[in-house]
Formats: sequence, C-alpha cells, structure tokens
Amino acid sequence: MNTPERGLLYKLVERARRRSAWLFHLNAGSCNGCDIELVTCLSPRYDVEQLGVRLEGSPRHADVLCVSGPITRNTRAALETVYAQLAEPKVVVAIGSCPASCNVFDGSPVIEGPLDTIVPVDIYVPGCPPRPHSIIEGIGRAIELLAEGRTVAGGVR
Amino acid sequence: MNPAQSLRALLLFPGLLYALPMGWLMLGAERKLRARFQGRIGPPITQPFWDLIKLLAKSPVARVVSDRGLLAGLPLLAVASMLGALALLPVFAGENGFSGDLVLLVGLLELPPLCLILAGYASRSIYGELGATREAIVSIASNVPFLAALVAMATAAGSLHLSAIAVATPWPVRIPALAAILLCLPVKLRINPVSLANAEQEVLAGPLTEFDGRLLAFWELAHVLEWVALTGFVATILAPLRSSLGMVDAVVFAMLSLALVPLLTLLAAATARLKLAQATRLLWRWAGAAAAIALILSMGIRQGGH
Repeated sequence: MNTPERGLLYKLVERARRRSAWLFHLNAGSCNGCDIELVTCLSPRYDVEQLGVRLEGSPRHADVLCVSGPITRNTRAALETVYAQLAEPKVVVAIGSCPASCNVFDGSPVIEGPLDTIVPVDIYVPGCPPRPHSIIEGIGRAIELLAEGRTVAGGVR
Repeated sequence: MNPAQSLRALLLFPGLLYALPMGWLMLGAERKLRARFQGRIGPPITQPFWDLIKLLAKSPVARVVSDRGLLAGLPLLAVASMLGALALLPVFAGENGFSGDLVLLVGLLELPPLCLILAGYASRSIYGELGATREAIVSIASNVPFLAALVAMATAAGSLHLSAIAVATPWPVRIPALAAILLCLPVKLRINPVSLANAEQEVLAGPLTEFDGRLLAFWELAHVLEWVALTGFVATILAPLRSSLGMVDAVVFAMLSLALVPLLTLLAAATARLKLAQATRLLWRWAGAAAAIALILSMGIRQGGH
C-alpha cells in the first residue's frame, strides 16, 4: 500500500491517537457477561491502561465505542444517540456474539440487531462471553484503525 | 514588578514554559503511581501529553446549545487565570509581586472551579448540573478553611504581600495553616477522597459531560496548570528560606511541588470517594479546626507584637 508523504504534525496526531484511545461502553441489552469481561480488562491482571486506554463516562470524550448485547428495541434509540455523540475519528467494537449475530436471541420480535444493520462496525470480538485477552486484542486492532484513519465510518470497508 | 518581569513570570518561569511540561510530568506521575499502588503497570508517564494532542485533533460534533460563546470562553478563562496565578507565586526573594497580590492570587485560584460550575450549568445536561452542584457545595466547604488559613498567615506576617507572607509567617501559625491548606488540596484538584464533582461513571463526567474535542482539551490544560499552581503555592509557603541565587530557589520550588504529587496520589489510591455530607463534614471539622487554630494563634502573635 503506498501512502502519500505526511507532515510532522500529521505523524504527531497519528501517534497521539495510537497512544490515547478513550473507551465508552454501551450495554445494548447485554446479559452483563461481556460487560464483566470488559471491566476485567482494566483490572491489575490485564491492565489495558498500559495502552493509554481509559474508560470514559461521557460518549463525547470517547474514541472507541464498545457495544455489548443484541440491541433490543428499547436500546436502539440510545445506541443511535450515543454513536452520533462520539466525535470523529471514531471506531465501533462489537463485544461478544450478540451484537455480531444476535446470538440465541435471533428472531425475537424485540431484538433489532445485529449491530451492523444500525451503525458501521469496525471490529468484531466473538465469544459468549469473549475472554479479556480477545477483548484487548480487539481494542488494540481498533486503535490501529483509528490511528491510520481506516475506519468504516470514515468510508473504508 | 515591572512589565518585563511580569511577562517573564507569565511566559517563562513559573509560567507557561515551566508549568506545561511540569504539569504533564505531575499528571503522568500521578497516573503511573496510582497504577503502581494498585498493582498495575499503568500508562506511560507521557500519557497526559498524548491525551491533549489527541483531543486537540478531534473534530467536534455540532450541537444546539444555549450559548456557544460562553461554553468556549469558560475553559479559556480557566487556563488564563491559572497562568496568572502561577505568575504571582513568590518563588524568588525580594522584589517580585506587589502589596495585596495575595488577594489577586486567591481570586485567580478560585476562578477555574467557578468556571467549571458555570460550564456544568450552561451545558444544559442533567449530569453537568449534578456535577456543578456538587462542585459548588464542596468548594464552599473547602474555601472557608482555605481562606481562613491565608488570613491567619497574612495577619501573623502583618502583610498582604505574598513574598512577605511566605518568608515572615511564624511557624506556630504556619503549621496549622499549612495543615488546613493541605486538607483542601484534594478538593481543589478533584481527586479521591473528594472527587465528587467529576465522579467518573457515577455522574458520567460531571460538569464536563457535554464537552468534546478542543474545548475538552482546554479543560484538561486548565487542570494540568491547576496541579502546578496549587502544589507550587503550597511549596512556596512550605519553605520560608530564599537564597540570593534565583536558580537554587527555582530548583527547590520545583522539587517541593513534585514531592507533593506522590503524597496526593497515595491518598487518592488509598481512599474511596466520600459522599457529599461526609466530605463537607470532614472539611468543616478538620480543615476548619486547623484554620481556626491558625487564626487564633495569629491574633495572639499580633497582640503580643504590639
């Protein structure tokens, strides 16, 4: 892949994006299994803060949107609002099998998923629930996409 | 204080050129040390710098707000007032400062919390309002002892001139006054156990919930400068000795400010967040008592001196 020559400022910003990704976690009808595994990543055993990652309280501060759950009818509006509130550049990580395929809830009349029919998804982390290692790998890949500007929302498939 | 001196204090030392790297170092050390205290490895020490660059490079989301100018002006005002406060710190012996600069310093140190409260209300977010209310209540509880301690020091030194207060306050007054000011420090820096206002996850992000991109970067900048200014202020009144060599004074000032960071971090890592009633009770009772002792002793010294 040939990339055009970039200036010093561009490189500085790319480096900053690689080293400082702030997460916002949205539970869209999850059973809480994936949520527990995501929070485990911040614990002393896994310590994802080494990557500069921080769990943020407000979606407006975040770069990475982590969604767990199969998107129930009630959470769809919240998901759309929160997604719109994240400032560009942003990436979306689907945590667990539910946002990827609706899992065992597929076909239910109250489920509006999978996630990629509502917002563009960059990274899928499969598992029910996924292990913290997989979630950290997913976040790491999401940060790569964020820094290189190759996000689905930015027009790259 | 002539214009050239003021400009030097504002832009070079202890102003922008010193405060920015120092503040990043302090915040980076705070995050790293807190992680170490919790048995984690933690982010690299340069983390606050990268956070700021990233925030500056984000494109803000357009939103309908009541007053765009107000929301953009408040973080800038907070940054500017902190730079002004830094420039007033009595780091060197002798001529810098002017009579009455204590009053100006107190005003400038109080502006960022006030800006934060206004920002919380102006952002029209329920979480912002909740955070702003909490910030207002704890700042009243912390400011009464803080101001009383400063009044006691000024009375004992017989001057409103910061360099005179830093050098001439007798130790019986200085120690309780310092105790009161140190107890107020976690409140003013919004760290545990008094991190009510920006209680992460609990009230989302407190007053800053609705800020993004550049404006959030300016708030972070104000917070960085707040660390340098407040620890620097404590450092200047902690050591009454000033040498004739400016360089030595500057190094002692920087070292003393830095030495406060592990202590504050240890406190933050070892404690949980207090409730509003508990936090205000702690401040009114203990910081208030220390400030009252300082005030009574300073009155006594004043009477004895005449």
